[in-house]
Amino acid sequence: MSKPGARYLPAGLPIPVAEPDGLSAPYWEGVRQGKLLVQRCDRCNTWQFGPEWLCHHCHAFDPAWTEVAPRGRIFSWERAWHPSHAALKGHGPYIAVLVELPHAGCIRMVGNLLGDPEQAVAIGADVEGVFEHHPESNPPYSLLQWRRP
Amino acid sequence: MTARGRDERTLRGRVAVIGIGETEYYRHGASPDPEFKLALKAILAACEDAGLDPREIDGFSSYSDDRSEASRLAAALGTHRLRSATMQWGGGGGGCCAAVANAAASIVAGLADCVVVFRSLAQGQYGRFGQAGGIHTVSGERSYLMPYGVLAPPQRFAMRVQRYMHEHGVRQEALRAIALASYHHAQANPRAVMHGRPLDVEKYDASRWIVEPFHLYDCCMENDGAAALLLVSAERANEFRHKPAYLLGAAFGSGHRAAATAHNAPLYATASFDTVAPDLYRMAGVGPSDVCVVQAYENFTGGVVMALAEHGFFKPEEANDFLTFENLIAPSGRLPLNTSGGNLAECYMHGFELVLEAVRQVRGTSTSQARRSDVAMVIGGPMVSPASNLILGSEATI
Repeated sequence: MSKPGARYLPAGLPIPVAEPDGLSAPYWEGVRQGKLLVQRCDRCNTWQFGPEWLCHHCHAFDPAWTEVAPRGRIFSWERAWHPSHAALKGHGPYIAVLVELPHAGCIRMVGNLLGDPEQAVAIGADVEGVFEHHPESNPPYSLLQWRRP
Repeated sequence: MTARGRDERTLRGRVAVIGIGETEYYRHGASPDPEFKLALKAILAACEDAGLDPREIDGFSSYSDDRSEASRLAAALGTHRLRSATMQWGGGGGGCCAAVANAAASIVAGLADCVVVFRSLAQGQYGRFGQAGGIHTVSGERSYLMPYGVLAPPQRFAMRVQRYMHEHGVRQEALRAIALASYHHAQANPRAVMHGRPLDVEKYDASRWIVEPFHLYDCCMENDGAAALLLVSAERANEFRHKPAYLLGAAFGSGHRAAATAHNAPLYATASFDTVAPDLYRMAGVGPSDVCVVQAYENFTGGVVMALAEHGFFKPEEANDFLTFENLIAPSGRLPLNTSGGNLAECYMHGFELVLEAVRQVRGTSTSQARRSDVAMVIGGPMVSPASNLILGSEATI
């Protein structure tokens, strides 16, 4: 999944970009460089994802961006069969997982679970991140996916 | 008014529903009428039901960014004047009871005297909720979901229900019982889009997955139509054609950081009623055992399981025992549920058809009347923020 063009889901789904105000720009630039950056308040050390301009715990503005290891465990999951987008017609099932990062305040993020889309999935299972790069896309973007180690 | 009366901040017994009306309910895209015309038809039907001159409406309330805008409605209807125009922020169908609460608050506060609460939807005219198309780039919350195929409500809510089923050992049969009850009640309801199209265990089990753990029949329909009700102050409640249904309580909102981006709510496996249900019971002055009949918004049956548990009808660990077909059907089940067919089988009127059905239960005019129906609850769209709920009661309950 590190070679350009390898993708879990077909092309044509919405492409993620930072908001006009730039709130999530460090996150999206990070994944393009193969790094997972999330917010951690440098005043109270609270982890936060998705990003916000304010630390929800101590109300310090502009929580710092910190690199964390892309690994975690499956908090929940789903296997989608119905194509809710034209790009998915005829594609067949795919798995989305909600992954929590115990080493980063148990923040959670959604991705796909790579491998057999009909595999059994267990809540609590360990997963590691895989960056999926799309430099050929307009605009270019990268995603953080997950696989069983 | 006594000092205590002035100080008591409540909607309990202060307003009543005096008219209800809806258009014919259609499959999505099948309405011959544009959305705004549907809204007008439903409002006029509610006025006809009440025996009220539509020009006396002086307030409008809706939710989910309804496109039938209040000032245009007031001009179209030729109302004498406009005094209240309230839109509930966010939450989609979670706002169906909040719109009633906002209207009631306008009346109790003296801002308006006769408020129409409504929802109008023509998905053929404006696009379906269940399909994500025509989007090239996404930002914010959606950017953390849509590139991974978490596109539309089924995928957005399935992981929440999956986690809940995991935490509490809820089985698929509990979800199935909710679908069976809605379809059963729809067979008695000629308004229902699924009237004449019954569902049984075999058909449910054989139906395709939309997204595990939701079969096709765990998911709401998508429809065109409009529904409306009229609220006035309790003092005027008996001036109209039908037995009034009084508002005993209403509440809306969600718990601590419920809308934290990208599925980061601290309490994840919830229907968002952990704080809202206690608020409702406190205002209404009743408890779960007083509630005779419930209309609970089915975006997905799994959300109904969570919502009913959070309203105290059973503990999450008891869901499999409580949620059986026999317990959920009128007239004599333990808790008759979605007696019109609801979002699954009557019409996905974004939950507003549920509010109208609760009024019918209090009046005693449902096509699946519950044996006891003096206290009727509506639970709005679960798993969203803000969610909302309400309780209606007959005159004897206030």
